[in-house]
Amino acid sequence: MTDIATYNFAYLDEQTKRMIRRAILKGIAIPGYQVPFASREMPMPYGWGTGGVQVTASIIGPDDVLKVIDQGADDTTNAVSIRAFFRKVANVAVTTETASASIIQTRHRIPEHPLSAGQVLVYQVPIPEPLRFLEPRETETRKMHALEEYGLMHVKLYEDIAKHGRIATTYAYPVKVEGRYVMDPSPTPKFDNPKMHRSPALQLFGAGREKRIYAVPPFTDVVSLDFEDHPFEVQTFDQPCALCAAENVYLDEVILDDHGGRMFVCSDTDHCEKRREAGHRGHLAPESDPTSQTMEPAQ
Amino acid sequence: MTDEPLLRVAALSKFYGSRVGCDNVSFDLWPGEVLAVVGESGSGKTTLLNCLSTRLLPSSGTASYRMRDGQFRELYRMSEAERRFLMRTDWGFVHQNPADGLRMTVSAGANVGERLMAVGDRHYGKIRATAVDWLSRVEIEQDRIDDEPRAFSGGMRQRLQIARNLVTGPRLVFMDEPTGGLDVSVQARLLDLLRGLVTDLGLAAIVVTHDLAVARLLSQRMMVMKDGRVVESGLTDRVLDDPRAPYTQLLVSSILQV
Repeated sequence: MTDIATYNFAYLDEQTKRMIRRAILKGIAIPGYQVPFASREMPMPYGWGTGGVQVTASIIGPDDVLKVIDQGADDTTNAVSIRAFFRKVANVAVTTETASASIIQTRHRIPEHPLSAGQVLVYQVPIPEPLRFLEPRETETRKMHALEEYGLMHVKLYEDIAKHGRIATTYAYPVKVEGRYVMDPSPTPKFDNPKMHRSPALQLFGAGREKRIYAVPPFTDVVSLDFEDHPFEVQTFDQPCALCAAENVYLDEVILDDHGGRMFVCSDTDHCEKRREAGHRGHLAPESDPTSQTMEPAQ
Repeated sequence: MTDEPLLRVAALSKFYGSRVGCDNVSFDLWPGEVLAVVGESGSGKTTLLNCLSTRLLPSSGTASYRMRDGQFRELYRMSEAERRFLMRTDWGFVHQNPADGLRMTVSAGANVGERLMAVGDRHYGKIRATAVDWLSRVEIEQDRIDDEPRAFSGGMRQRLQIARNLVTGPRLVFMDEPTGGLDVSVQARLLDLLRGLVTDLGLAAIVVTHDLAVARLLSQRMMVMKDGRVVESGLTDRVLDDPRAPYTQLLVSSILQV
C-alpha cells in the first residue's frame, strides 16, 4: 500500500472526478450527445486511451473488477499497461474474464460474451465527431447536431456505394442513438454495432484529446445508418476461428510466415480461451495443451 | 399565377457600425420573376443578397416570404432551424465561386444528392437517378457523376452548383455574380442554360451582378444600387434603354462597345 499512498485513489483528484462524473451524467441524460469536459493530462500520450482512462478513473470504486481489452485482446501493451495502472493507483481487482468484470475498458471491440445489466463498457475514442471528415468546422458540426441536420452523413455512405458498389465503411460506422443524435461508436468494427442496440450494459465513451464524453444508457436504441436499397450488414467470415472453431465471431488475420501463410483467430482472446477450455478445437489448435495461453499454432 | 408576391421586403437596412451596407431597400418579388440587382462593387448589392437569404441579419426592416402553404412568414423571426430548412428546400443560393457552394471532396452525384438526403431521402437508386437526370439537364456528361468537382472546369463547377441547388425544386434562387470569373463563351452557355431553367421551372430569382448584359439577358426587372441605396428600379429594358437617374446613365454609358 505504500506506493499508492502518493496518489489519490484512481489517480485523479476528487474535484476532477466530480467534474467528469457530471459530464457522464449529462451524457447519459442526452444519449449520444457529446459533452465537453476539461480533459486532464494523463501519464500516457494522447491516442493511448486518455479519455477512457479518465472515465474509468471517475467511476471506479474499490470493489470494482476491471477488465481492459485492446482490439479484443487482454494481453497487448495498451491493455496490460492500463490494467497495471489501475491496479497500482486504485488497488482494484483485475480480470480478463468478461462475465466477472464490472467495468470493461475497451479499445475498439465489444466482447463476444453478451454483457449484462450492471456492467459498464468504457470506450477509448480517438475522434468523437462522426461528421468531422465531412465538415471540418466544429461550430458547424455542433449546429448540425443541434438542428438534427444529418443529410451529410448519408453523403458519405452514398460515396461509398458510388465508389465500391456497397457501403464500404467497416469501422467507426455511424449510428443514430434513440432516434436523435448521430454518434461515432469509436473505431469498433461494424460487426459490433448490433451489440450496442438495447445493450443491458451502460456504455460510456471518453475522448481525451478531443475533450468529449458521450454515453449510451442501458436498453437504448442504437441503429446503424443505411439506405433502403443498401441495408446495413455486418462482416461475415468464410471460416471459423482456427483455434477454437467459433463461428459468428469477429476474427483477426494473423500472418504466420513470409510465404503467404495465415490464420484467422478470434479477436476476443478471452472468448477464445474459454471455448478452448470447454474443449472446442480449431484446425490449427495446438495438439498438446488446448488451454495454452500462447497464440502459436501447431506446425 | 397568383396575385400575391413571393417575397415582400420593406425598409431593409444593414449597417456595419457607422458604415452603410444597404439602406432602406423595399421591393416585392413575384413568383417566376427574375430581379437583377446591379451596381458597382461596394454598392451594397451583396449585403442586400446576404440579408435576404438570411445569411446575414439586417439592422432594421422586414422581409416576409410566402411559404408553400400560402402563409407569409417574417424571415428574421423564424428560428434558425426553420431558416436552414427553407435554405435547403425552397431556396437555392448560387455562389460566385463554385467552391463555396459545392463540397469539393465528394463526387458530383453526391453533391446533387445531398439536399435530397438532407430532406430524408434514403433510397440510393432513386437519389442516383435524380442526380443523373439533373446532371444531364445542366449539360454535364453522365460518366462524370462519380468525379469530384475538383476535376471539373470552372463552367462545369458552376453548372453543377446550379443543379445541386435546383434538385429540391426551390421556388426562389439567390445568385451572386453567377457568371463572374468565366470566359465569355462559357458565360454565354451558362446564361442560356439559366434562362432555360428559370422559364421551365418558373423560378423566381434575385441575381446580383455588375454585368449589365447578364441583367438584360436574365431579368425582367432590375434595381440599380449605389452607396447602399436603390437609385433606380423598373423594367430591365426601360432602365437600360432609358436610364433616368444620373448614376444609371453613367453606368449604362460605361459599357464597353466592341
